[in-house]
Amino acid sequence: MTKHPEQSGDSRAQVELSETTLLSQDTDISTGTRTRAQTDRIQSSRIQPTEAKSQGKLVRERFLRHKGALAGMGLLLLIILLSFSSIGFAGLPGWWNKDYDVLAARFNEGRPTLTLWPFSLGEHPFGQDVLGRDYFALTMRGIQTSLIIAFIVGLVAMVIGTTVGAVAGYFRGWTEAFLMRITDVVITIPTVVIAAVVAGIVAKQGIVPFAIFLGLVTWTGLARLVRGEFLSLREKEFVESAKSVGASSARIIFRHILPNTVGVIIVSTTLAISGAILLETALSYLGLGVVAPDTSLGKAINDNRSALTVRPWLFLWPGAFIVAIALAVNFIGDGLRDAFDPKQTRIKQ
Amino acid sequence: MFYFIVKRTIISFFIMLAATTLMYFLTISSGDPFEDLGETSGPEKAATIAARTAAMNLDQPPLMRYYLWLQDVGHCIVPGGVSCTLGQDRTGAAVLPQLENAIGSTLRLVVVATVIALVVGVIVGIVTAIRQYTTFDYSITFLSFVLFSLPLFWLSTLLKQYLAIDLNTWLANPRFSYAAILVIGVIAGGIWALVVGGDRRRRAIVFGIAAFATAFSLWLLLVTGWFVTPGLGPVGMLVSAASVAFLWTALLAGFRRRKILYAALAAAAVSYAAYLISIPLLTDPTWLTVLLMIGVAVVAAYVVGSVVGGQYRQQAGRISAVVAVSMALLMFLDRLLQAYPTLSAKAGGRPIPTTGSQSANLSGTFWEINLDYALHLVLPTIALTLISFATYTRYTRASQLDVMNQDYIRTARAKGLSERTVLVKHAFRNAMIPITTLMAFDFAGVLGGAVITESVFGWNGMGKMFIDGINNVDPGPVMAFFLVVGTAAVLFNMLADIAYAFLDPRITLS
Repeated sequence: MTKHPEQSGDSRAQVELSETTLLSQDTDISTGTRTRAQTDRIQSSRIQPTEAKSQGKLVRERFLRHKGALAGMGLLLLIILLSFSSIGFAGLPGWWNKDYDVLAARFNEGRPTLTLWPFSLGEHPFGQDVLGRDYFALTMRGIQTSLIIAFIVGLVAMVIGTTVGAVAGYFRGWTEAFLMRITDVVITIPTVVIAAVVAGIVAKQGIVPFAIFLGLVTWTGLARLVRGEFLSLREKEFVESAKSVGASSARIIFRHILPNTVGVIIVSTTLAISGAILLETALSYLGLGVVAPDTSLGKAINDNRSALTVRPWLFLWPGAFIVAIALAVNFIGDGLRDAFDPKQTRIKQ
Repeated sequence: MFYFIVKRTIISFFIMLAATTLMYFLTISSGDPFEDLGETSGPEKAATIAARTAAMNLDQPPLMRYYLWLQDVGHCIVPGGVSCTLGQDRTGAAVLPQLENAIGSTLRLVVVATVIALVVGVIVGIVTAIRQYTTFDYSITFLSFVLFSLPLFWLSTLLKQYLAIDLNTWLANPRFSYAAILVIGVIAGGIWALVVGGDRRRRAIVFGIAAFATAFSLWLLLVTGWFVTPGLGPVGMLVSAASVAFLWTALLAGFRRRKILYAALAAAAVSYAAYLISIPLLTDPTWLTVLLMIGVAVVAAYVVGSVVGGQYRQQAGRISAVVAVSMALLMFLDRLLQAYPTLSAKAGGRPIPTTGSQSANLSGTFWEINLDYALHLVLPTIALTLISFATYTRYTRASQLDVMNQDYIRTARAKGLSERTVLVKHAFRNAMIPITTLMAFDFAGVLGGAVITESVFGWNGMGKMFIDGINNVDPGPVMAFFLVVGTAAVLFNMLADIAYAFLDPRITLS
C-alpha cells in the first residue's frame, strides 16, 4: 500500500475497501478440502471437461450456498409479503379487515390477542394502541413506509455515490479534487446530525421527498469505495485497449469499468438500505422523521413512548420488525459480498 | 510529517468552513423561529419577537447572519481581549457557557463507551479469528449481526425498562437460589469451553474448572455480602496484584525469562505497598492528587522493574509500568466501589439510575461523586458499547485473519517462535493498524449518535442542546454542537492518517 504523493487519498480508499469486507465470513483457500473434493470427483467418475460458467452464474451459485443470506432473503420476502398483502397498498385491499387509522373501543385493555398454539390471530393480534387503533394494521403500515423509505434511500445513494465516485476516479485531476472535497464536507457532518436538520424541512412534504433527502446525505461511503475501484481499474490493460480503439469516456466508464465494480456497488447499497432503516426509525423516534397521517416503525414507537410501562407490546412489535428487517438485509449483504468476492473459492460443507 | 500536518490542517479548515456554511443555512431554513408563538397574542408576543430578532439578528439577511456567527467563532480563535461567546441562542444568552456545561457529560459517555467497546471488541475479535469456523466464531458472528441491526433507541429503552428495574430490585436484596448459581456456572463453563477449544477431553476439563470456579466465586460473593458492600479490600488487592503480574508477563513476555517475571512481581509489590500507603491519603482527594499518586507509583514500579530485570532491563521496565497502571486502575475501582453503600443509601436503595447524567444536589466525597457519574453511565454505556462492539469485533476479526495469512507469520512460526510471540508480537500489532482508522470514524459517529442516546436517557448534554436548537430553529446551539462534532471528525481523521503512517512503515505522508 505505498502512497504516491499525488494520490493522497489512495490508500485510505483501499483501507475502507478492506474495511467493508468486515462482515464477510473471511475465507482462506482451504486447499485441503478442495483437493480432496477434486480427487473424489475424479475417482467417482471419469474426468469430464469443466463446464464454462459466466460471472453471473458463479455469483448466483455462491450466493445460494450462503445459508445466512438465503435465510435473510426468505425473512425479508416474508415480511414484505405480510405487510403489503395484509392491509393492501395504494388503494388495493388486503386480507386484513381493519384500518390503521380507525379509532375503536379498546378490547381487553388493548392487549394482543395473538396466540401461537393453537394459532389464532384473534380480534387484534398485536393489540391496540392508546387511541384504540388496531396495532397490527398500524405496524404493517409502518413496515411499508419504512421499507419504501429504505429502498428509495438505497437507490438514491447508489446513483449519486456511483456517479460521483466513477467521475472522480476516472477523470482525476481537478474534477476529482472538487468532488472528493464535497464528499469530505458531507462526511464531516455525522449522518444523524445532517439528517436531523434536513428532515425537519422535508419530512412535512411526505415520505418520498424525505427518503430522497436521506439518500442525499448517505451516498458518501459508496462514492469513496467506487472511486477507489475506479482508480485501480482505470490503469488496467483492458481500459488501455478500449482507449486505443477510440472508445469515448462514457463508453469506457459504463461498458468497461462499471460492470467490474458492480459487486462493491451492490453490497454497499444493501448495507446502505439496512442503515437507512435504522436511520429513518431513529429520526422518526426523535420526532424529526415521518409525520402524521403517515406512520413508520420508528414513529409508532415514539408515539407510544409514554405507554411503555403498561403496554410493552406497543413497543416490542415495531422494534422486533425493525431488527428483523435490518438483520435480514445485513445477512443478504454479507452473502452478496461473499458471492462477489473472487477470492471466495471455499467449498462450504 | 510537519508539511503533511500543515497541509491537512489547512484543508480541514476549509472543509469545516464549507460544512458549517451548509449546516448554518440548512438550520435557519429548517423552519420558522416564531412557530411556538403562533397561538399567543398581545404585547408579550411582540416583545418576544423583538427580543428574538435582536438575539438571532433576524433583521439581517441570512448571509450576514452567517458572517456574524463566523465572527463570533473567530473571537474564540483569536487570542486576547475579545470575549468568546460562540454566538447567542434565541433568548440572548451566550452559547459557550451552555456548551461547557453540556460537553462534560457527553464526552464522558462517548469516551467510556468507545474505550470499553474497543477493548472488548478487539479481544473478542482476536479470539474469534484464532478460533475461526468454530461454534464460538459462528455464535459471535451471529451475535454481532444482531447487535448491528439493533436500533440504538430501541435497545436503550429495553435496557432502561427491563434491565435497570430488575437489577435495582435484585441489588436491594442480592441473592440467588442454588439452582440459579448452578445454571450460571454451567453457562460460564460452556462459554469458556468454546473459547479455549481443543479436543473433547480438554474442553470437558475446561468446562468443569470454569463452571466450578464461576459458581463457587459467585457463591462466595453472595455469602460474604459483596453485592451490598462491594470492593476488593486488602486481600482482594493482594490476589489481584499477583494475578496482574502473571497475566501481563504471560501475555507480553512469557515465563522463560524468569527475571522479567520477578520484575513484574516486584512492580506488583511496589504497587501494593503504594495501595496500603494511599488508604489514609485518599479519603477525599482531588483529581490532581490521584493522578500524582498514580504517576509516582508508575515511575517507582518502572525503576524497581528495571533494576530487578537485569539484562532484560527495557522489557522488564515496560511490563512493570504496565502492571503499575493496571494496579492503579484496580485501586481506583476499589475506592469507587467502597463508596457504593453510602451512595446507594443516598439514592434510596435504587443505585442504577435510568435518567440524567448525575444526581441533582449530590454532595459527597470525590469517590461518591465519581461513582455517581459511573452509575449514571451504566445503561447508556451498555447500549452504545453493544452496538460499537459489533463493529470492532468484525473489523478486528477480518484484520487479524488477513494478517495471519501473511507470509511473515508463516516465517515466524517456521523459525520456531512460540505461538504467544507469533500472536502478540507479529500478528496482533499489525492487525491493529486498520483499527486506528475505524476508531477515528467510530468516535465521531458515536459523538453524533449521542443525540439519540441522550434523548432516551434524558441527559442534559450536547445532544439535547442540538435537538432543542433544531426544534427552535435556533442556529446558535446547533452550530456549537456541530463545531465540536465536526472538529472531532476532522481531527480524528487526521490523527488516524498520522497514526497509520507511524504504524505502517510502507506508508509515507507528504
